[in-house]
Amino acid sequence: METLIYGTVQSVSLLLMAFGFSLVYGVSRLPNFAHGALFVFSGFAAWICINKLHLPYGAAMVAAPLLAALFGVLIYQVVLRRVRGMEMSEVIATYAVGLAILEGLRWAGFRGTSYSLEPMFEGVGIYFDVPIDNQRLVVVGMGILMMAGLYVFTHMTKIGLALRGIAQDEQAAMMLGINSDVVATVALALGSALAGIGAMSLMPLGNIVVEEGYKVLIYAIAVCVVGGLGSWAGTVIAAFVLGFSQYLTVAYGKSHYQMVVMLLAVILTLIIRPSGLFGKQKQLEERV
Amino acid sequence: MAKRKERIDRGIKVRSESIYALASWEEIAYLVGPRSLLIGGMLLMPLILLNSPYWGRVFLSVCIFACLAIAFDFLANVVGLVCLGGAFFYGVGSYASAIINTKLGLPPLLSIPLGTVSGAVICTALIYPCLPLRGIYFAIVTLMYPLLMTRVIEAADIFGGTEGFRGIDGFGSPIIESYALVAVLLLGLFALRRFLAEDPGLVIRAVKENDQSVRASGISVAWIKTQAVFIASLFGCFAGAYYVHMYKNVGISSFALDLSIMPIAAAVIGGTGLIGALIGAILLVPLSEFLRDFGTLRIVVYSLVLMGFVIFRSEGLMNYAVRKYQQFERWVEV
Repeated sequence: METLIYGTVQSVSLLLMAFGFSLVYGVSRLPNFAHGALFVFSGFAAWICINKLHLPYGAAMVAAPLLAALFGVLIYQVVLRRVRGMEMSEVIATYAVGLAILEGLRWAGFRGTSYSLEPMFEGVGIYFDVPIDNQRLVVVGMGILMMAGLYVFTHMTKIGLALRGIAQDEQAAMMLGINSDVVATVALALGSALAGIGAMSLMPLGNIVVEEGYKVLIYAIAVCVVGGLGSWAGTVIAAFVLGFSQYLTVAYGKSHYQMVVMLLAVILTLIIRPSGLFGKQKQLEERV
Repeated sequence: MAKRKERIDRGIKVRSESIYALASWEEIAYLVGPRSLLIGGMLLMPLILLNSPYWGRVFLSVCIFACLAIAFDFLANVVGLVCLGGAFFYGVGSYASAIINTKLGLPPLLSIPLGTVSGAVICTALIYPCLPLRGIYFAIVTLMYPLLMTRVIEAADIFGGTEGFRGIDGFGSPIIESYALVAVLLLGLFALRRFLAEDPGLVIRAVKENDQSVRASGISVAWIKTQAVFIASLFGCFAGAYYVHMYKNVGISSFALDLSIMPIAAAVIGGTGLIGALIGAILLVPLSEFLRDFGTLRIVVYSLVLMGFVIFRSEGLMNYAVRKYQQFERWVEV
């Protein structure tokens, strides 16, 4: 039972880290390597809102993802729009942005373990004889809410349908009057906001540290690659597969191997089954 | 009246391309000048810096990073494989050389070449399974390789674990130390450029442009890519092997992120075409030394510079300079 509960928590955390990355890539084929940096950035943004600007807790929790979304829009409009279509430049440019954000934060004095966010709900509950703190339940709740919200957004609203249209067939969508640039901006804003939301739910479980940015980026890439880049169902399932395997590694092995499992999963997936667990044939073509 | 910019080759460039290259000293100087400036400068630098060991070391790191940048540039712009994990080559090379030196007791002048070749064989064998991958997928896998090596060494506690090896032999004299490196760098660069100008180079370029046509010609794409990765690993592993003997120790920092990013930045700033990578390293490494006092600000600076170049000057400084050297521009009415 403990394995089941904590494995689920771990999986949903991975999902929260990875979904923004997957969304951006799935919609506009833009690898946002600044994803991890945006995650950490929104953590520190929330911290500044609460501790320096003295905003109420709830307002900070909303403001930080919005700031991240704004950052995402900036990244697209300033950087990505000019190099779109050149894969190598996209990867290098976004990676450079991410590096600049993370190391800039470190230079600005945000290091050490003195930065943390308070959990949304304090306390520990006991369910099925397993003690679990409430923040971890919030994580699971946020994950479910996020998935439901995205489902509604992409199936009911016009802009959401446009996102799916571009993802399925860019040229046909453009012929029907959907502006690819606008959609990509929205996708990047949404993806960055999701990174922010992920950060708001996960950060209270530990400290806000810059190194987290690199870890989140690697986890996000791992989940997306294993699930098949761009495939949403694949992302969810991959998050669970990797989440449980991570939990089991920590529980029955050495915690050092946690990262090794993720990295091996990526390399093996790409070598053995490059389309990922649920990738489509079309994606296979562009990979190999 | 609308105007557009017109670019025309300079007369001297056209003349010196043909037999008239030998017609006058001016043409000879036009051809030989920039080349001898670079080669002469590289050869004189160790002598000039003989009295300041610190900047001498910085110059040697320029050469080390130039090797890594050349490896990246060759893979990315000639073969079409974007490798974000230059540190992987570097780390494997440094560990291979360190093990050969400490366990077999061979002197540096033997352990460096042996470490380079054996490291390159190991790198090629490990990267071989991912060679069919393209674009960002290859980039992602190669980004993961150095990270994986660090974690495996840390977790399994092999090769000295987090401590690494100490007590590796040095070179003894600083003259040998610097000239061996500069000579290998220049010869390697020259050899690679000659190689790419010959028939095998043509096939390697074709793999980037259109791999289906290469396959249709009955040439194995995988084999060509394997050769290319081996060549790039030779450069990367040599850098690692050399550095180990300069600083006499090795640890998991040989797989650090810095070693992957710096060469990429150098190659992007310098521009494609191998020499550009060298120019980029010459500019970037001293800059990063100047900024060393500012802590991680230097990473911010060079990632912003990198971003700026990717967006606004993607041809790189070298190609820009070459264009200015060979052509003049003027506005003409359309």
